[in-house]
Amino acid sequence: MNIFKLFKIALTALTLNVMRSILTMLGIIIGVSAVIIMVSIGAGAQQEVDAQLEAMGGNVLIIFGGWNNRGGGGTAAVATLEDGHANLMLEQVYGVEAATPYVLGKSQLIYGNLNWSADIMGTTNDFFVTKNWDLESGRGFTAAEMNSGEKVVIIGSIIKDELFGASDPIGQSVRVGTFNAMIIGVLKAKGPDTRGDDQDDVAVMPLKTVRTKITGISKSSPNSVSYLEVKGSDTVSMAYVEEEITSLLRQTMKVADDKEDPFRIRDLAETVESRAETQAIFNTLLAAVASVSLVVGGIGIMNIMMVSVTERTREIGLRMAIGAKPDDILNQFLVEAITLCGVGGLIGIGIAFGVTYSMETYFDMVTVINPEIVFISLGFSALIGVFFGYYPALKASRLQPIDALRYE
Amino acid sequence: MGEQTLWALDGIDTIIEPGEFVAVMGPSGSGKSTYMNMIGCLDVVTEGQVYIDGSEVSSFQPDELATIRNEKIGFVFQQFNLLARTTAEENVKLPLLYSQIPESEWSERTLKCLEQVDLGPRADHQPSQLSGGQQQRVAIARALVNDPVMILADEPTGALDTHTTEEIMALFQELNEKGTTIILVTHEPEVAAYAKRQLIFRDGHLVSDELTANRVSLDIDNSSLVSNEQ
Repeated sequence: MNIFKLFKIALTALTLNVMRSILTMLGIIIGVSAVIIMVSIGAGAQQEVDAQLEAMGGNVLIIFGGWNNRGGGGTAAVATLEDGHANLMLEQVYGVEAATPYVLGKSQLIYGNLNWSADIMGTTNDFFVTKNWDLESGRGFTAAEMNSGEKVVIIGSIIKDELFGASDPIGQSVRVGTFNAMIIGVLKAKGPDTRGDDQDDVAVMPLKTVRTKITGISKSSPNSVSYLEVKGSDTVSMAYVEEEITSLLRQTMKVADDKEDPFRIRDLAETVESRAETQAIFNTLLAAVASVSLVVGGIGIMNIMMVSVTERTREIGLRMAIGAKPDDILNQFLVEAITLCGVGGLIGIGIAFGVTYSMETYFDMVTVINPEIVFISLGFSALIGVFFGYYPALKASRLQPIDALRYE
Repeated sequence: MGEQTLWALDGIDTIIEPGEFVAVMGPSGSGKSTYMNMIGCLDVVTEGQVYIDGSEVSSFQPDELATIRNEKIGFVFQQFNLLARTTAEENVKLPLLYSQIPESEWSERTLKCLEQVDLGPRADHQPSQLSGGQQQRVAIARALVNDPVMILADEPTGALDTHTTEEIMALFQELNEKGTTIILVTHEPEVAAYAKRQLIFRDGHLVSDELTANRVSLDIDNSSLVSNEQ
């Protein structure tokens, strides 16, 4: 008896009891779809994290200053982070590829009768490296512009769209708060960053320009910056770079040994990765719960197959009397169980595709269904069919023809 | 308790030739069902031999017995044993599923057997749509479909009324006329009277093996068979 014939017999038997077959498959349907959906959400989240890491360009540390050190009771001076620290790090810490200081401000940008409020970032050309940003058009700052604090600006794509629409903004003059600045470049669009802040809604100017014309120079710490960014090379461990920077900064800021750091260093990639890890654990847990329902579904199938064997004892007897071998009976019931699981698995896959599609369409979630998990869950449900169908099928095949025929 | 062995059948030595129509008789517990199970390869003998169509089947394994049942024997049961919610055609086709007969011949054989029992037009009816007599005729068609060397009928009229019993027995006679060997188990002498030869069992022994003295012969033609049913 070939396998094709067996599936035909099994399908016929199952369609004789459609409602029961569907209810039996329910556990498998729910289990398979739940597993695929959970894994897809997890894979989608992982893909987003990878994209964010890619956008960050790898090993980047952010150093925030301005942590008042009040330990020890005395009125300690506020050790501020200064733009000079960036050069020190570049020169003295092995593995630092670029170090960029930032001064942040906010201002109105006015062009013609259009008006847009944007974050203003004062920095050096190194931001292209540490932020991994690119120019869409135009150029970066020249050394002369940096040194004299020229009124030049590189704008993000959102500002360009809001103020200039489709026309070319390069060389145009835009009003920034109280002064006019010339647009020398436009940044490539990047989309939201890891925390959801829009990175395209920003105007970049030379550090000195922002400090003198927008934020103003602080009397106590004229060289202070909002934060520094450091990009490490791929060949060094960021933990090592972090350690070296910490000791360099403590030394430069003359922090006493018993005091805490007056700054904070954050490893961006590490933050993203640890969040991704939490997410992954959560997803694995959900997928594990879902696979429990697959096993429960399998037990449901076994239960129904046992009932079916008892109910159809006379049928089994008849089939044996007209020439079915014990193996034919075993295969028939085994294939029935596998068919139940397989069809249930297929329906579950269909549901999973539907659900993930609507999650993407209506809830803007990123999901990735990889083919492996589809095949694995289908194979697994068929395996459940074999595992839980085997005992009832064996029971059926061990019946004696005469006993089965006489069964009431 | 104790070591006493009860023999369901003891010292039976019978030969049934091709083309015979034999009735196996006896009260309950006489051993007639055991006899039929032995020659039907549904059960195996503890001692002795059973030959079917030249094969010594008493030492066969379950798989070999299944093949013998499929190829050499057609069963007809008291309770018809048709698959519910399955058409007459599919029911008749069932033994072919387990046979070596090529699938291309299945439909032709099935319909031919259904016509032989005058149920050609009812091929797509399910058992619940057929009368008891018609269901038994479907079962007979199923027994014929593999072209067996004999038909084993176990109380085939036990669930039927007198009139339908006559029809079924006439059908058996007709099939026998055409050369089919028929072995019929019954406890009713009226039914046994249709057979050519009668074996009577009592307490595991064969007590009588004679030709039927006053054989009933019903020569109902096919047309009347159909009209009676409708």
